[in-house]
Amino acid sequence: MSVSHRVGSDHQLARLLQIGIVLEEVVEARAHHHYQSLGADRELDPEIEALLADAAEESAAHRERLEDVIADLDAESIPFEDIETLVEAQYAQTKPDDFDGVLYDQLCNEETAYKFYDDLVSAIEASDARFSVDRDRLLDTLRSIRADEADGVEDVTKIMETRD
Amino acid sequence: MNTADQYLKAIYLIQEMEDGPAATGALADMLDVSPASANEMIGKLESRDLAEHEKYKGVRLTDEGIARARDAIQTYCIIERFLANVLDVEDFRGEARELEAVIDDTVADRLDTIINRNPNCPDCFDAETDACRELEVECERPAD
Repeated sequence: MSVSHRVGSDHQLARLLQIGIVLEEVVEARAHHHYQSLGADRELDPEIEALLADAAEESAAHRERLEDVIADLDAESIPFEDIETLVEAQYAQTKPDDFDGVLYDQLCNEETAYKFYDDLVSAIEASDARFSVDRDRLLDTLRSIRADEADGVEDVTKIMETRD
Repeated sequence: MNTADQYLKAIYLIQEMEDGPAATGALADMLDVSPASANEMIGKLESRDLAEHEKYKGVRLTDEGIARARDAIQTYCIIERFLANVLDVEDFRGEARELEAVIDDTVADRLDTIINRNPNCPDCFDAETDACRELEVECERPAD
């Protein structure tokens, strides 16, 4: 057990980035499923439709950016097919049954992702460890993804407010 | 998981193992911090009514402290289970210890959506092996 809030090695950094990739995968898969399942038995709200499509696209882009960093760290890759299967298997148990539920779930996704990247950036900033990737490039990437997540929270919140 | 939650979790686990208050030295050893740092945090936990310090005996969690500690163990269980079952990490216990300080409980809750956690969590957690008993991986006792 350790109380250190720092990232101290390439290995630890790679593992955290892998967790980021899984979170993105969860967001992407859930947004896609929400879109599919709600469209099956009712007319989709174009605003929510656009939000979910953007969220899925953005998560896929984030995942690729994180994968690029991990590739430079020379760490092992994650079996995405397995994760996708897990997400799908669990989705049925927790899926929201209306638009408000979908928006709330999407808000949780964006807030969680923001919190993850915010903690990760702080832990890297607090660390004096040398990584095999350029530190500035790493922090720029993570800060830019964090900014996207902050925008995502704002976008969902705006739609939720207009529906109140 | 923030530092206070890590202390609460450690105190809870020592209390369980010792069936009594957690000695400051044992707590410092478990968290790999100095006894002075442990004492300082115990003071903070006391001021928040999460723990009570008994002179010459050690620290004991209040009911609220126990509830917070059990939440922290659940978060830790999610991290261990996620590493072992989703990322297929062999040394899931060692890596969970490294990562717990950086993984927030809201993040753990999201990871929890893709793992099958036992409903009896956190009672599934074995303080001796520092791992969930229900993990489908053989656990050996950690070396001292």
